Amino acid sequence: MHLDHSHHGPAAVGADARRADGSRRALRIGLGGPVGSGKTATVAALCRALRDELSLAVVTNDIYTREDAEFLLREAVLPPERITAVETGACPHTAIRDDISANLEAVEDLEDEVGPLDLILVESGGDNLTATFSKGLVDAQVFVIDVAGGDDIPRKGGPGVTTADLLVVNKTDLAPYVGSDLARMAADAKAQRAELPVVFQSLRGEAGVADVAAWVRARIAAWTA
Amino acid sequence: MTRAALLVLADGRFPAGGHAHSGGAEEAVKAGRITGVTGLEAFLRGRLHTAGVVTAALAAAAAAGADPAELDAAADARTPSPALRLTARKLGRQLMRAARATWPSAELDALAGEFPAGAHQPVVLGLTARAAGLGAADAAYCAVYESVSGPATAVVRLLGLDPFAATGVLARLAPELDRVVDRAVSCGTAAPTQGVDVLPAASAPLLEIGAEVHAGWPVRLFAS
Amino acid sequence: MSGVHATARIGARADGRGGTALPVLESDGPLALRRTRGTGEEARVLLVGAMSGPLGGDRFAVEAEVGNGARLHVGSAAATIALPGQTKDEAHYDVRLAVADGGELRWMPEQLISAKGSDLFVTTRADLGADARLVLREEQVLGRVGEEPGRLTSRLTVRVAGRVVLDQELACGPGAPGGWDGPAVLAGYRAVGQLVVVRPEFHRAPTAARSVGEYARVMPLAGPATLVSAVAPDALRLRRALDEALTHVDIR
Repeated sequence: MHLDHSHHGPAAVGADARRADGSRRALRIGLGGPVGSGKTATVAALCRALRDELSLAVVTNDIYTREDAEFLLREAVLPPERITAVETGACPHTAIRDDISANLEAVEDLEDEVGPLDLILVESGGDNLTATFSKGLVDAQVFVIDVAGGDDIPRKGGPGVTTADLLVVNKTDLAPYVGSDLARMAADAKAQRAELPVVFQSLRGEAGVADVAAWVRARIAAWTA
Repeated sequence: MTRAALLVLADGRFPAGGHAHSGGAEEAVKAGRITGVTGLEAFLRGRLHTAGVVTAALAAAAAAGADPAELDAAADARTPSPALRLTARKLGRQLMRAARATWPSAELDALAGEFPAGAHQPVVLGLTARAAGLGAADAAYCAVYESVSGPATAVVRLLGLDPFAATGVLARLAPELDRVVDRAVSCGTAAPTQGVDVLPAASAPLLEIGAEVHAGWPVRLFAS
Repeated sequence: MSGVHATARIGARADGRGGTALPVLESDGPLALRRTRGTGEEARVLLVGAMSGPLGGDRFAVEAEVGNGARLHVGSAAATIALPGQTKDEAHYDVRLAVADGGELRWMPEQLISAKGSDLFVTTRADLGADARLVLREEQVLGRVGEEPGRLTSRLTVRVAGRVVLDQELACGPGAPGGWDGPAVLAGYRAVGQLVVVRPEFHRAPTAARSVGEYARVMPLAGPATLVSAVAPDALRLRRALDEALTHVDIR
C-alpha cells in the first residue's frame, strides 16, 4: 500500500479527469429535463446510434428506483452490465447536483467493471426546470424539453434551458397537435442561450437522434484530443 | 480543533450520500408502523438506542484511534442483515470520497486502500472526525444525530408530515442523544486498549428484518 | 441475600466407536441434566428445571463443551420463566458453549419467558473452531399470556476461529432503553427469536437471504454462519416460523 501519493486509493475525488491508475476516464454527459420530455427515449436512441463506434454505459437516476434502467434493459440498448441505477431518495436533483457521491460511485464502478469506456451517459430523474448537473459529476449536460410541455418553456428560461451545453426540444412531430409554435420556441431559446446550441428532434422522424449523436461525437473528439 | 468543523461534518448537506437513505423508515411507513408524529418519535427513539448507540460507539472508537479493520469486523458482527451491511459500506465509501476531498489525511487514504469497496460508514466517520481535528465525542454526536435526523427527513417526505412537528421530535430527543453519546464515548474510547468487544451491540430486530424486506422491493423511493 | 448460584456442565467427546460419550454431566441445584436416548452418533441431554427461576439475585450458568468428532444435542424439558425475586437484584443466566473443530452442537432449549417484575440478563457465548458446526436457537417471550413483560437484556455472541461473526444484544421491557416496543424494534410483537447456524460449507456456499412466512428472515452473516431473525405475536407462531426456517438453512 502506498500512502505517499494522492492518486492511490480506490477513487478519485470530484471531477478529476484521470482515474486512480492514471488513465483518462470516460467522458460523462448528463441528460436532464422535466418528467416525460423523452430523456430515457433519447438515451436509448443514443445508445443504439453510438454503441458500435464507442464503448459506452448509462447511469439512471430514478424517482422510483430502477424504472428507467429497466426500460433500457427491456429495450436491450446495451448489455445489462453497462446500465446502473442510482437511487435518489425522492430527490433526483440532489443526487446530480448537491450530493453527487452515489453517482460518482456508479460511474467509477462502471469503469472498473466493464471499462475502459469512452462515454458514460448520466440520466437524471425527471425533475423541474432548475435541475442541473454538478460539474463535479459531468463534463457536459443536455437538457431535454418537449413541445407538448408548452411552447413557453424556452421563454421562461431557468438554469436548465439557459445554461445546458445542449438544449433538445423533443417530440417536434407533436407540435401541430398541441398547438406549439416551433419558430417561437427557437427564437426564445436563441434569446436565452445566445450561442449555445439547440436541437429540435423527433425520435419518430427519419433523422431521429442524429443531431444529438453528432454533438456527442464532437464532444468525444474534444475530450480525447 | 475548530468547533465549526463539527458543523461542517454534521450538516445534512455534507455531500456523503445520506440523502438517499431513510434508515428503515420507508419500510416502517409502508408496513403501517409509522403513520404520524407519535410513530415517528417511537421509531427514532428505538433507532437511537440500537443502531444509533452502536454506530456512535464505532465512530468514537475510530476517532479515538482503535484499529479500523477490527472496528469494521465488529460492525459486520453487529449487522446481521446483508442489505444493511451493503448499505453501510456504500455509505462508507461515499463518505470517504467527501472526507478525502474535504480533510485530506494519510489515515483516510490508508483506509480507502484497505477497503476499496467501502468500510462501514461509522468507521469512516470516526477517521473523518480525526482528520478534521475533532474528537471522539464529536464523532459520536455526528453518528447519533445522523441516526435520527435522516429518517426524520425521510418520513417528512414519505408521509407529507409537518416538518415543524418532525423537527420538534428531534428537539425532544436531544437530551437522550446526549446520554447515548456519553455511553458511546465511554465504550468507544475504551476500545483502543480493551478491544472491540466493549462496544455496545444493541440490536433492533425489525430494522434488520425490515431492511431485508425493503431491499427486495422493485419500486421504492429510498435506497435503504 | 444473594440468591442461588448454580453452574451445570456438559462435556461431550467422540467415544471412538462412532458415537458420543458424555464424560462430564454435572447438574447443580436447580439446573438438572439428564442424558436421554440419542440418535446414531449424537448424544442428547435434557436440561430439567427442578425449580422455577431464575429469580432476582440468582446467577445461573450452563457450560457445554463439545470435542472433535463429538455431536451433542441439548434441549430443555420446559420453558424457563424469569420471575421477580425477594430482592430488587437482577438475575443472570450465562450460557458458555465451546465446539472444537469437527464437533457439532445443537443447542435447542425451550423459550425464555420474561414474567412481569423480573429483571434478567442473559449472555450466550459460543466459541467455535474453524470447522465446528452449530445450530443454536434462542426464543424470548415477553410476559406470560396477557401479562406485561419484565426487563430482559440478552446478548448473543458467536465466534468462529476466534473471529466474532455475530454480536447482538436485545433489551426490552420496563427500564430498557426507550423505543424497544416501537416501530424500529419490536412494534408490539411479544415473541422474538434467533436461530444461528454455523457450517464450514457456508464459506464456499453461503445461504441465500430469504423470507420465511410472515415473520422470519434468513440472513447470511459475514462469515460461515447464517442467522434467522424472527418476531411474532406469540411463542407458537415464533416456533413455527423458526422450525420452517431451519429446514431451509440446516443443510447437512
